[in-house]
Amino acid sequence: MSESAKPFLDRYQTFNFVNKRPVIKGNVDVSHGTVLYMEDVSVSFDGFKALNNLSLYIGDGELRCLIGPNGAGKTTLMDVITGKTKPDSGSVYFGQTIDLLQMDESAIAQAGICRKFQKPSVFEKLSVFENLELSIQSDKGTWVTLFATLNGEQRDRIDEVLEIIGMSSLRFQPAGILSHGQKQWLEIGMLLMQEPRVMLVDEPVAGMTHQEIDRTAELLLSLQGKHSVVVVEHDMAFVRSIAKKVTVLHEGSVLMEGTMDEVQNDPRVIQVYLGE
Amino acid sequence: MKYRVTYPVKFVVLVLMLFSFIGTSIAQEEATELTFSATVSRLKVRALTAKGKAIEQLAKFQNSRKILILQALVDGDLFEVRDSGQIVIAESKEDKYSIVLADNGNGIGLVESSAIKKIKLNNRLRSKIRSLVATLQLNSAAAEVRLQAVKTLGKSINQQSLFTLKKRAEIEKDDDVLDALGLVIALDNLNSTDRLIRLKGIETLKQKTSLKAVNRLQAIIDKNNEGQFIEPDAEIRKQANSALVKIQARLQVYAVAETVFFGLSLGAVLVLAAIGLAITFGVMGVINMAHGEMMMLGAYTTYVMQLLLPHHIGLSLILSIPAAFMVSGIVGIGIERGIIRHLYGRPLETLLATFGVSLVLQQAVRSIFSPLNRSVITPDWMSGSWQINDFLSLTWNRLYILVFCLLVFAFLLQILRRTRLGLEVRAVSQNRNMAKAMGIPTDRVDAMTFGLGSGIAGVAGVALSQITNVGPNLGQAYIVDSFMVVVFGGVGNLWGTLVAGFSLGIANKVLEPYAGAVLAKILVLVFIILFIQKRPRGLFPQKGRAAES
Amino acid sequence: MLLKLLGNDQESRFVLLMLLAVTLIIPLCNLIFSAGSAFYFSAYTVSLIGKYLTFALLALSLDLVWGYCGILVLGQGAFFALGGYAMGMYLMRQIGDRGVYGNPDLPDFMVFLDWKELPWYWSGFESFPFALLMVMVAPAILAFVFGWLTFRSRVTGVYFSIISQALTYALLLSFFRNEMGFGGNNGLTDFKDIIGFSLQSDTVRALLLMGSGMILIAAFMVCQWMIKTRLGRVVTAIRDHESRVRFLGYRVEMFKLWIFVFSAILAGLAGALYVPQVGIINPSEFSPLISLEIVVWVAVGGRGSLYGAIIGAVLVNYSKTVLTGLFPEVWLFTLGAVFILVTIYMPDGLVGLWKRKIGGFKDE
Repeated sequence: MSESAKPFLDRYQTFNFVNKRPVIKGNVDVSHGTVLYMEDVSVSFDGFKALNNLSLYIGDGELRCLIGPNGAGKTTLMDVITGKTKPDSGSVYFGQTIDLLQMDESAIAQAGICRKFQKPSVFEKLSVFENLELSIQSDKGTWVTLFATLNGEQRDRIDEVLEIIGMSSLRFQPAGILSHGQKQWLEIGMLLMQEPRVMLVDEPVAGMTHQEIDRTAELLLSLQGKHSVVVVEHDMAFVRSIAKKVTVLHEGSVLMEGTMDEVQNDPRVIQVYLGE
Repeated sequence: MKYRVTYPVKFVVLVLMLFSFIGTSIAQEEATELTFSATVSRLKVRALTAKGKAIEQLAKFQNSRKILILQALVDGDLFEVRDSGQIVIAESKEDKYSIVLADNGNGIGLVESSAIKKIKLNNRLRSKIRSLVATLQLNSAAAEVRLQAVKTLGKSINQQSLFTLKKRAEIEKDDDVLDALGLVIALDNLNSTDRLIRLKGIETLKQKTSLKAVNRLQAIIDKNNEGQFIEPDAEIRKQANSALVKIQARLQVYAVAETVFFGLSLGAVLVLAAIGLAITFGVMGVINMAHGEMMMLGAYTTYVMQLLLPHHIGLSLILSIPAAFMVSGIVGIGIERGIIRHLYGRPLETLLATFGVSLVLQQAVRSIFSPLNRSVITPDWMSGSWQINDFLSLTWNRLYILVFCLLVFAFLLQILRRTRLGLEVRAVSQNRNMAKAMGIPTDRVDAMTFGLGSGIAGVAGVALSQITNVGPNLGQAYIVDSFMVVVFGGVGNLWGTLVAGFSLGIANKVLEPYAGAVLAKILVLVFIILFIQKRPRGLFPQKGRAAES
Repeated sequence: MLLKLLGNDQESRFVLLMLLAVTLIIPLCNLIFSAGSAFYFSAYTVSLIGKYLTFALLALSLDLVWGYCGILVLGQGAFFALGGYAMGMYLMRQIGDRGVYGNPDLPDFMVFLDWKELPWYWSGFESFPFALLMVMVAPAILAFVFGWLTFRSRVTGVYFSIISQALTYALLLSFFRNEMGFGGNNGLTDFKDIIGFSLQSDTVRALLLMGSGMILIAAFMVCQWMIKTRLGRVVTAIRDHESRVRFLGYRVEMFKLWIFVFSAILAGLAGALYVPQVGIINPSEFSPLISLEIVVWVAVGGRGSLYGAIIGAVLVNYSKTVLTGLFPEVWLFTLGAVFILVTIYMPDGLVGLWKRKIGGFKDE
């Protein structure tokens, strides 16, 4: 029997077109220590350059803060990474090998890049528990979903996350009745359920009380190392409390990178924020 | 109408006399003795041969009224007064007749229809008079009259009229008339026995765009039932063939021009129907399923205006335009204030509620005006067509609608660009909350925008009433099409609507000859459905951050 | 047991029981009791109720895509009509040589059009199982192709609605054409038999009603089960926040597509049950107005509630029967007014009103 015919005769062989290829975790090649590469990315809307030859690298397990005045391109940058907006030029790689520009939103999410939106977006008609259940890391094909049930391990994981975000007592409440801050937390919980490699967190502490902000900071800090976290935030006190490295965006490109102290003392940054 | 008597006329009359003289010498003698009035009164004789002679004699007089009398005779307007035996021209006035003396035009007054008797003709005499009148008119000062005369004479050509035409051709200055003369003479040339004359005729026909020329040339190259050529001369056949090819190439161009015209006129209707929708849907984001019914209201407004002004059809149509705008606009504002206001931000619900409105309006119209179609009379200046040549004629009503559509479009563009309302509408459509914060009364702007969109629909209804019957289902027929135009053109873009409407119209008409009207429409629908897959935001999409979300 | 599994709320159970009762009692009464009896239901009533049941199934199919997945289909009637045509073709073939022209192979309208042989797409329809398969396959294919094209390119919301309306409009125009080979304007009618039994007989009518009821109940239970699975929750999530679902890693377009196809199959079944009971299928079933009426049924009953759709379909159609009988002029006024009032004042339909009322009692 020739070698080439073998796969066709193997009765346990499944072919690529049948296989829905579940994304295997840890498959991302981070041999150079960098998990996300953005190089020379440009996006324009009707002539307005939202991103202008932007290059940005996020290290594996790093917690990075992005700041910048309104219109600097922070949200657009997240849109590009998550596949919502296709850039006019440039390249975006996840690890060494995965070209994110070839993938759509759901594929990128499956690959391990998850996002919390600026506006808290949870499913208001579903309960807190169901919100987390939908976010669970598993095969998300239609047929599988129809017959999916939760195994013990997954239940434990949901309980664990409920514990982390402090909502064990609210598990059967519809998400619609939660406060603004609680919705933010639930959404962070949904990110955790997906066990992502990279978490993009857009304004996580907007509308939160001081205690909540402190707990969020704690939570995000505990995530680094295991996940790479990119945080966009306007609250400078919050950024200072969590950030090792800060990237300042201005007019669609990186103005500077450094520690919070370096950034705050940089004359260019001061000029951008305070005007001429 | 006055006819200038020129030397050629005298010449022609002389020639006519000559011919007549050869034919009927006895009658000729009598004729010279009679006066004009006496000749006119001889028309009433019963015997048709005598009547024919009288007509011929009449044509020879140098009197300005003779054409008028002959025309009246052939039109059946020439009567004999029963009591006095006078010959009169009568004009029907309600149930009576107003009569004037035929020979001098003096009015007599109104008489009962029983007091007068029509002077009868047979078909032979009728065609004889027609060609006589045409011969006389050939020398009219007005080029239009001469052109008509050439065409009338061309219909039944004979030696005598041909001679007249040839003479005229030598002195004719007007291009159109020369062209028509050339055609008639060239057609006759083909009958000649002289081979050279025939070839010359074919050569001339090559330049003519005429159905007759095509038929004649075709006859030359046709074969008979036994499969042999009817025309024995190969050279003539060859020339005829090449002439035919030349003409047909020109016809192709006309055919394309006609298709484009029909396409544009259909497109104009689509644009008119869709442009109001482009405002409510594109600018306000509101799906108005009752848009078709706004058009229907406009069409019924036209109908009512005609009932109010039955004697001034043209005027009533003009007045209908602002009236329909007001009626549909006010109803539209009512719908906005009463229903849509409660549903902003819920487009699917708006769609359903306005559909409910459309059902109510349809039924209301059915109850008020009956479910039957009403026809709106088209004023004279809009009926008929502009006959460019035998193969290309453009109907006036469609031409007017095309122009009207462009006017409405320009008007709307100006409103949105230059007026305060337009500025506010654009501001609200881009950022409602910001506009509100700037002190723009968004409620009022919404109502006005919706009123404007609906009003334009009403105006479109006026145009539609001119090309289709006015009925309760008028709007339904256009609603799917107009949505397709808006979606195809790109929501929120008036220019897109214009381009989409015209291109869909032309596409429809181009496909029609190959696929039939219904299939063409289906194909266009399927095309749009497929097109939307490729470009979900239409031909001219709105870009920017707002469009992305 | 089944009830416990599938309807854990009282209202669903009640509706299910009512359906069972109607499905069993009416046909039996029609067959057992004679015309004079107080328990007798006339053949007309049996057909009418059978028709209502098929409409309820149709409403159920729309509620699944609109109420749960948020896709307002303005062309649901197209799938219904396609299923109906597939069944109609089978019934035409059953006529055999008993048509006016007595041609054993060709239906009357083809003889009339001077066609010599059966078009290829008519072959196979003499077999009942094949026809039954096509009843589901034809709408499914249309839904798959249309859904594949639209959902993949993210045509959503009102755009989808309008385009689905254009789809059914295009089909309406096509089926009007004689060349299509579906009887043109007149459609398919003059049916005689189904699986060898006369359609005119009381037994067959009663059985058809029973069949419609059973299929409706089965479909209701399947839908009920489906929306309780994780797939159901994903679908609801898509309705409420489509892009978020996408960022969770679900391929939204596939979920939409399969729900849409499933709903089209249900609609096709409804059409197939409808045709033998009313005895005709013609292009007017494709008209956009019919599809919009289906939307009203669901809106009145309460979208996002399966039993609501069933109640809505039966109620609206019952009112239609009564009103068009008494005051034909008033029907469109009523329908229009219902459209407007329901969308403004009862966004969740009768079910919403009922729930609010119950809620109100509980609060007191």
